[in-house]
Amino acid sequence: MPKRYLYIWFRYLGTDRLSKIRPELRGKPFLLYTPEHGRMVVKASSQSLAKDGISPGMVVADVRAIFPSVDVFEYDRDAEERLLNDLAEWCLRYSPVVATDPPDGLILDISGCPHLWGGELSYLQSITARLCKGGYDVCTAIADTIGTAWAIAHYQKNEMIIDPGKQAEALLALPPAALRLDSSTLQRLKKLGFRQIGQFIGIPRLNLRRRFGEAMLIRLDQALGTAREFLKPIQPARVYQERLPCLEPIRTATGIEIALKRLLETLCERFFKEGKGMRTGIFKGYRIDGETVQISIGTNRASRNAAHLFKLFELKIPEIKPALGIELFTLEATLVEDVSETQEALWGTTNLGQTAISELVDNIAGKIGIQAVHRYLPQEHYWPESSVQEVSSLEEQPETEWRTDRPRPIHLLPKPAPVEVMAVLPDHPPMHFRYKDEIIRIVRADGPERIEQEWWLQSGPPRDYYRVEDESGARYWLFRLGFYGNPKPQWFLHGYFV
Amino acid sequence: MSELAEKIEIIRRLKETILSMEGFSTGPDSRLLDFGLGPMNAAFPGGAFPVGAIHELISPTEACAAAATGFLSGLLSVLMKKEGICLWVSAERKLFAPGLKFLGVEPHRIIFIGVKREKEALWVMEQGLKCNSLAAVVAEIRDISFAESRRLQLAVETSKVTGFLHRQHPRIENTLACVSRWKIRPLASRTGELPGVGFPCLEVELVKIRNGRPGVWQFEWKNGTFNLITERSRITVKLPELQKQRHYA
Repeated sequence: MPKRYLYIWFRYLGTDRLSKIRPELRGKPFLLYTPEHGRMVVKASSQSLAKDGISPGMVVADVRAIFPSVDVFEYDRDAEERLLNDLAEWCLRYSPVVATDPPDGLILDISGCPHLWGGELSYLQSITARLCKGGYDVCTAIADTIGTAWAIAHYQKNEMIIDPGKQAEALLALPPAALRLDSSTLQRLKKLGFRQIGQFIGIPRLNLRRRFGEAMLIRLDQALGTAREFLKPIQPARVYQERLPCLEPIRTATGIEIALKRLLETLCERFFKEGKGMRTGIFKGYRIDGETVQISIGTNRASRNAAHLFKLFELKIPEIKPALGIELFTLEATLVEDVSETQEALWGTTNLGQTAISELVDNIAGKIGIQAVHRYLPQEHYWPESSVQEVSSLEEQPETEWRTDRPRPIHLLPKPAPVEVMAVLPDHPPMHFRYKDEIIRIVRADGPERIEQEWWLQSGPPRDYYRVEDESGARYWLFRLGFYGNPKPQWFLHGYFV
Repeated sequence: MSELAEKIEIIRRLKETILSMEGFSTGPDSRLLDFGLGPMNAAFPGGAFPVGAIHELISPTEACAAAATGFLSGLLSVLMKKEGICLWVSAERKLFAPGLKFLGVEPHRIIFIGVKREKEALWVMEQGLKCNSLAAVVAEIRDISFAESRRLQLAVETSKVTGFLHRQHPRIENTLACVSRWKIRPLASRTGELPGVGFPCLEVELVKIRNGRPGVWQFEWKNGTFNLITERSRITVKLPELQKQRHYA
């Protein structure tokens, strides 16, 4: 996957920090100084001062001569470093790989991230807008390499996104300083009359090396993407992965089981320390013929019980084909969640019982699929088919009561079965009905209970339900769809009562 | 006199030992559960409904199946005691959850497992029976062999979970390692002169019971419990059949 980098340059990091702490300074000319060789040297100047030509390296006394009213503050290097780290941590929401570039830059590896914000432009706008709102003046750039992103952020104001592979063209017009060269090289370049990168980029490498040294070539290659540059992320990705290399290739199921047990033990130990649990996991085996084989599991609740996780994996071990042998096993928890020690009581059972039951459900779901497990919750609908809701979670509690004010059958046919009836009068229960070529005589009946269609969900005629009992004592739930008239209403058998 | 009492006590203890060796749980907790079956308890070994065992219910028709589901739901309401969790394994979705509430069962406390094949149902039931945190396991399985049922029996003997095996339209009524065999039929409700349908009435036939006395009882489900209507001892069972039963048990 091609890499993309975002560079964020905080142009006035030090002064922005101070004006955030002291809002009265905002917009005023002030500067930060540091003592150097017995003199007060400017380290950073506020935005308005910088526009007037006050740049770092000047002596405070000189600035005071020009602007007598200027406020001066001591430069705090540690606080600025901390701030940069905090900003880098804040940027983790935009990309998992964020590195600081002291003293005033951040590098983000954004490969595969911007599409979540709808493209690079809106991604960049989102970051800049939020940083500006926070009171920071930033220059940003996106490019294929860190070097180009740095150059564009510092020296190119109108173009912020360099298309993939276009870094050479983008660099041509920039000054040599955009290559992050040391000052002696820059001076030499200036002396020789090189004002733009394009003027020397075409010179043979041998000559460049002889005159300016190896370091310059490396910087040039890094900017163009021919040499790699490594980031040091502030937060290394916390991967829950364990590895187990084998001395001899493993070919037997027992061997695989032992490897799995060992990996699970170490991983679960780590889970216990960090208060986490596994929701999904992948167990991989790297075969000596270069292929990888893998099995994966999922659990209903985060689990760190090695025996239980082993049981889940165990069902799938036969799927692993070791062929000539497996030389390396890895176990990775792809989804990890916090396990709270005091989980809310699940249906009033003890904590131990809950764990046992959720482990049982995991077991079943692992074997025949999670879609097989379901529970029913009441729903506030009269229409029988929609009066229950199917849920797959074990924790969900009913929001309403189960109603018992109207009779409901214990068995409901998945689809109402049409029956032929004989009824004396409209709105009377039928005398008998024919279902599956059998005539059932009705002795007792209750009803009708009219259930109207819920017009905001569906339309159609209402149902008139009757609870009827035949000679043998069997109790049925019949309904008539619609009213008497033309066409004749249809009767259906919908369920059986106890 | 004291000698006689001592002997009675010895016989009682011996009976209990035999029962426990045959896989019945005769712990004090099993007697605490009152299923409201009243005089029917005399038919059971030890005078209490055998929990921690597997009961087989056979339903030849749809109406009988509904009645059997109703009867076992009534038993479940006691087993779950308002807070237990039950596993219900079935291949087809016939059960209507709101109907369970009428029999005292909280429908959301049941975990339903919809399986595609009967072999899976057996596997799920065995796993469920091994988990002693469950109050009961219900499985709707049509056909099951003796060997398979023995596996289930072995699972409950260690975990003491009560299992119900509901067989609808079985091809053959083969002998199983279950503790009992029930046939439930719906009965006409008793309304007297009043119009309409009354409380559900059931005819409960205990076809087989290990170390017990088979019989037929009629119950009415009223006010959240079973009420006995009539009792009839089963005399039609022939002696050889009984002996065969003992042999397999």
